[in-house]
Amino acid sequence: MHSDPATGQTIKSYLPPRFRVSRDDARCIRCQVCENQCSFSAQRYDQEEDRMVAVDRSCVGCHRCEALCPTGAICIEPSPSTYRENANWTAREIRNLNRQAETGGVLLSGMGNDRPYPIYWDHLLLDASQVTNPAIDPLREPMELRTYLGRRPDALEVAPDGSLLTRLEPQLALEIPLMFSALSYGAINLNVCRALAMAATACGTYYNTGEGGLHESLYCYSPNTIVQVASGRFGVHLDYLEAAAAIEIKIGQGAKPGVGGHLPGEKVNEAISSTRMIPLGTDALSPAPQHDIYSIEDLRLLIYALKEATRYIKPVSVKIAAVHNCAAIASGIARAGADIIAIDGFRGGTGAAPTMIRDNVGIPIEFALAAVDSRLREEGIRNQVSLVVGGGLRSSADVVKAIALGADACYLATAALIALGCTLCQQCPTGRCGWGIATNDPVLARRINPELAAERLANLLQGWAMEIREMLGGMGINAIESLRGNRLRLRAIGLTDRELDILGVLPAGQ
Amino acid sequence: MPTIVPNEEYCIGCRLCEIACMVEHSGCSDVFKALRPGRPRPCPGTVVEVEGDRALSISCRHCDHPPCVLACLTGAMHRSPEGRVVVDRKRCAGCWTCVLVCPFGAVAKGPDRKVASKCDFCPGRDRPACVEACPNRALRVVEGTA
Repeated sequence: MHSDPATGQTIKSYLPPRFRVSRDDARCIRCQVCENQCSFSAQRYDQEEDRMVAVDRSCVGCHRCEALCPTGAICIEPSPSTYRENANWTAREIRNLNRQAETGGVLLSGMGNDRPYPIYWDHLLLDASQVTNPAIDPLREPMELRTYLGRRPDALEVAPDGSLLTRLEPQLALEIPLMFSALSYGAINLNVCRALAMAATACGTYYNTGEGGLHESLYCYSPNTIVQVASGRFGVHLDYLEAAAAIEIKIGQGAKPGVGGHLPGEKVNEAISSTRMIPLGTDALSPAPQHDIYSIEDLRLLIYALKEATRYIKPVSVKIAAVHNCAAIASGIARAGADIIAIDGFRGGTGAAPTMIRDNVGIPIEFALAAVDSRLREEGIRNQVSLVVGGGLRSSADVVKAIALGADACYLATAALIALGCTLCQQCPTGRCGWGIATNDPVLARRINPELAAERLANLLQGWAMEIREMLGGMGINAIESLRGNRLRLRAIGLTDRELDILGVLPAGQ
Repeated sequence: MPTIVPNEEYCIGCRLCEIACMVEHSGCSDVFKALRPGRPRPCPGTVVEVEGDRALSISCRHCDHPPCVLACLTGAMHRSPEGRVVVDRKRCAGCWTCVLVCPFGAVAKGPDRKVASKCDFCPGRDRPACVEACPNRALRVVEGTA
């Protein structure tokens, strides 16, 4: 039920429930755990009848109740209710139209593009060694995953005594080619930020503050922190820049290329307001562009302003969304002096994006990565920048394929949130996240115990690292560096010649 | 003596600790049988208290100098050879002095309202059932008493 703020009149919703909460009554012990865990009030105890009652209409399908039910009595199912089949007017379109007729606003969604566009990772297959170059067992032999991100010199000068004469630009050292991508404090709560920081520290890698600033209690994790300077400049000050291992200028985000951000004032509590340096309870609006960057030359000014401010000891990264001409843009970014280019594919997540933007803007990260890597190689400037890619990477296999396609390291955020319980119910913009992730409600935020969450995240990274070692070993490679940009270790299946050309990959069997 | 220490920072008020405690003390390991609706339920030795936006699971701290043992009229409340503070149900007169004096509010009237009921630290288990059941590690076993 939506009410008009001007008239106070309500509009009845015609939308049928999306999920059905099915409960095996023989198993239900009326413990009410489902009720106290449901942040959308879809579960209720009826004292008169002594039974649990579900309000299907309120269920968002986050599965929190199902996960915590001590007897396994609950199963969240898709609602069997259907509209008459129509290939054009699908249930999704009908729902969207109804929602809009009720609210009159821009449709908002959380998380990444969920449309059935092709996933090119699933069309790429990895190589393995047979007979001629032996496979390596990573449990018996050393396997190097250490990755350095930053500008590489065109040539190395070495003195006769073996010491290095060339001055090296600042580098980020990663024990594994995986980092947590930008998740801002405000979009997620402090407990999640802390868990990411703790896990990054434990695994010898980095997490990214996003544009929400760095809470004072997280400065102790600064050696493993990448700080972001985004269009809203929230929480950017000298100590913030000094604290970081690297600085990232955010130009765009895969989930909403060309669109800014909006953290509603209700979410801006005291800690968030002081960290972001904005008044309590005011909307935090990130403009769509950086208002001081209208050209590559302007970008260069900001890159060097940040380098100057931090005495040229930290790499500066520039993050863009994967869009049609990202190869040319990346070339400009490299020439503007960036040390790292981060590219976010169209499946990248977000706390809130206009649904139409999320689902229709940008390109797959596989194409963007291949195009950018090829372009930088052709121009002879690939050594000047490291490439970090993200946007819906689901597994260690996706990471290995990305590295073979030309990435130096991968960013993951959605996968990390799933490790913390997220089930992609896409309710982030409501601030009622049942898993305590995308919410600043103190009761819900408590559901993330940073210590436990950090352990889950570290386990995830450790598991992926082991799988990456196995895959490298299978290919007879003992260092991730040997796979980087080695597209000959990839073969494609089910792609057109044009797609193969862009990806620079041979078809399977050839 | 180890004690169960709750962490109000991360207690999510789900009450799974209470359920685990009741199942553990029901004499039946099957959660459906132990807590089937309509049957009398055992009294949990840990109780989640909710106030405002805070929740906290409260159970006996097995104090070094337990006021409940000092106050008990019949000697039912006593320290076991393992050092736990426990109730001898046969000797308890149901005067509820222990309920009054416990500074943590961790002693309750039992389900039959005849004898006192409290946490016995789950004899026979490595870690108390409530601690194992907590999905958010808001209950920990800590060495040293309150």
